[in-house]
Amino acid sequence: MNLHLEKSPQERFAALLEKAGECAAPEQRDTIPRIYIGMATCGLAAGAAETKAAFEEVLAEQHIEADIIPVGCLGHCYAEPLVVIENPGFPAIAYHQVTPGKAKVLVKSFLVEGDPLFEYVLAAMEENDLIPTVADFPRFNLEQRIVMRHCGVIDPTDINQYLVKGGYASLARALSLPPEEIIRMVAEAGLRGRGGAGFPTGRKWELAKADPGTEKTVICNADEGDPGAYMDRTLLESDPHQLLEGLAICAYCVGAAKAVVYVRAEYPLAVETITTAIDQARDANLLGRSILGTSFDLEVTVFQGSGAFVCGEETALIQSVEGKRGMPQHRPPYPVQHGLWDQPTVINNVKTLSTIPTIIEHGSQWFRSVGAQTSPGTAIFSVVGKVIHPGLVEIPMGTTLGTLIFNICGGVPKQKQFKAVQIGGPSGGCLPESFLDTPVDFDSLTQAGAMMGSGGMVVMDEESCMVNVARYFLEFTQNESCGKCTFCRLGTRHLLNILDRITKGQGKESDLDVLDSLARDIQRGSLCGLGKTAPNPVLTSLNYFRSEYQAHISEKRCPAMMCRTLTAFYIDPDKCARGCEVCVGCCPVEAIFTAKGRKKAIDQSLCVKCGECMVSCPPEYDAVKKVSPAELAPIVERPES
Amino acid sequence: MNMNHSRADPWIAEEEAMLEELASSISVYDSHRNNLIPMLQAIQKDHGYLSASAMEMVAGHLDISPSEVYGVASFYNQFRFHPPGKHRIKVCLGTACHVVGGDIILENFERKLGIKDGETTADREFSIERVACVGCCALAPVAVVDEVVEAHIAPSRVEGILFNFELERDQRDKEAQDSESAS
Repeated sequence: MNLHLEKSPQERFAALLEKAGECAAPEQRDTIPRIYIGMATCGLAAGAAETKAAFEEVLAEQHIEADIIPVGCLGHCYAEPLVVIENPGFPAIAYHQVTPGKAKVLVKSFLVEGDPLFEYVLAAMEENDLIPTVADFPRFNLEQRIVMRHCGVIDPTDINQYLVKGGYASLARALSLPPEEIIRMVAEAGLRGRGGAGFPTGRKWELAKADPGTEKTVICNADEGDPGAYMDRTLLESDPHQLLEGLAICAYCVGAAKAVVYVRAEYPLAVETITTAIDQARDANLLGRSILGTSFDLEVTVFQGSGAFVCGEETALIQSVEGKRGMPQHRPPYPVQHGLWDQPTVINNVKTLSTIPTIIEHGSQWFRSVGAQTSPGTAIFSVVGKVIHPGLVEIPMGTTLGTLIFNICGGVPKQKQFKAVQIGGPSGGCLPESFLDTPVDFDSLTQAGAMMGSGGMVVMDEESCMVNVARYFLEFTQNESCGKCTFCRLGTRHLLNILDRITKGQGKESDLDVLDSLARDIQRGSLCGLGKTAPNPVLTSLNYFRSEYQAHISEKRCPAMMCRTLTAFYIDPDKCARGCEVCVGCCPVEAIFTAKGRKKAIDQSLCVKCGECMVSCPPEYDAVKKVSPAELAPIVERPES
Repeated sequence: MNMNHSRADPWIAEEEAMLEELASSISVYDSHRNNLIPMLQAIQKDHGYLSASAMEMVAGHLDISPSEVYGVASFYNQFRFHPPGKHRIKVCLGTACHVVGGDIILENFERKLGIKDGETTADREFSIERVACVGCCALAPVAVVDEVVEAHIAPSRVEGILFNFELERDQRDKEAQDSESAS
């Protein structure tokens, strides 16, 4: 490749950067306030659009000049809509759960009168004498943000904001180095694929580069199908240019002129944001033809995945880009040799590619110093379920599960007992309390029977039934099995049937052995990762929570009281208040009636066990009780009217 | 629309109009096989579903058999083969929603509307879908009603949502009646 043109890529980049600095608005902090609103999907779901409208309205009303900057997601989902206000004379302050009402009050009190309203403050974003800062909270200070460093800080629809943060400098630098050297850097950094399997990225690139094929392609896998994981979506929505930079560096290294970003169609905002970003980068000569004046061309397109979990598997993904059913193919040959249209194809996850720019920027030694020995760098988890501070967390590999769940995410709410954590989605496993000391890295998790997977993490408390959760995952994988391998197609169906029976109280003693042997057969008899890992939730829960299975089978009892066939609600007449009608009003099926002495009772034949009456019963009465097995609920006859 | 048509007829007319529109919109794609999924996506985006005749048209354009088109379309969760309701209700059944009772929410919608997931009410007002994960796990349980995400949805909220639509509809009918009597 001829790189010796009159101007070096870095000189061209410097010119670009200068222009960006002017466009991205010079530091105005001394003059007018800036309001940053988190407007990624989760923020919007929590009402960020209404909050933004409220800010605009009241600013106009009060004749205040301020910049409203829509940003991506900080990952603090529990605090959405999250707003950061930079008011001249004050440190930048983050406010949580900013409803339109709060927005109006904030403008009037903080921007007009200079009262930062301590009662609404989440934390200050920088050191100051006034307000506790984010560094004082474990939810912030135990994290190490490398890949997510710009998320929720910059406007994802403005390339200039990424540029002034140092963006695309790694690409400019990479273009003046030989590809072999960059591949060596990535290999030395020990970066492992963040899609779940943990294959060394440098090795993958090396293989693709060495292949003599001429029409190479790089595919960014953003087909995040795990129900419960959304870090790829957040990265696409909050910092799309970082991904594009990594993608371009990868393409330069392996010698590809085409790249595809494969995004789920269910993520409309992510599709829109990345499409905008591609156009902007092309206009800035950071993608497209003769990038930064070199002879390196890269055409990036977006392909919308149509929602098939199995398409996260690389060979299935390629099939779907080719317009076919997404059925996995035999490997070898691997996609790095025979991939899309039978040409060498590198497929990397969003997080993998998004990590590349920082490795080029800080070097492989620095990257190795972060995280664990065999898994350097950080891991991003979406921690959801029964935790106080759910959201996205980026931690150095090697942090223990206990630290992640209890220190960073605040533990289990409502003083309930922690029971298990499900890691890696439908392909992963449930780990009990005794595994809380397990460090989070590729090898330790696999050893424990779970897997890193996509990074979805669901925390479960005493009210989550492990049999029910295993059944849930099996229902998902059974649905998503492409049908190619008999063991996966039929085996998962049988597993599901057995689990279904158990959760309905129709299990047999022999079921547990059948579950175990069938699960192992499916693992052995399946071609791709979906079938190989689908039995994991069953095997781990059988292993660690066998007594729960036994209670379902022999006592017809669900210890967590989650399986609805095995539980029942009743109203304790000694506690029920005469004349209170709250439960009657909220019951969706009119199962609650007035019994003797104007006390309420539940008609078990109508009850759908939604639990609304239990929630609505005023705490001073606390009269609605839940029991398992269902026979424990006393039967009250409905009086004839 | 001709008001003399019986209740089903406008829908036939609608499908005819749709096919006419399709014929021109698919002609922008070249007949390469890799356009299949983008074409199906575009059709569903514009019309809400893939009708049998639409899929036949795509098959003709790409010179492959209609069964192959249907094979691909039915493989992916995104595609639907029945017209959606005017109000689309998507109930999330991702992991986080499941552990806090997402299935109860789905059941409530199904019971109130008298249809199962994947179906549309006879008057085409509502349709219910179950979706694997909308990615708002911290707000579970979640349902997406006409692109609006309903966070922390309780079973009793279901009734409220449907009641609001009913009110809107009554209001519309009343206005229509008023304007009719005025003219």
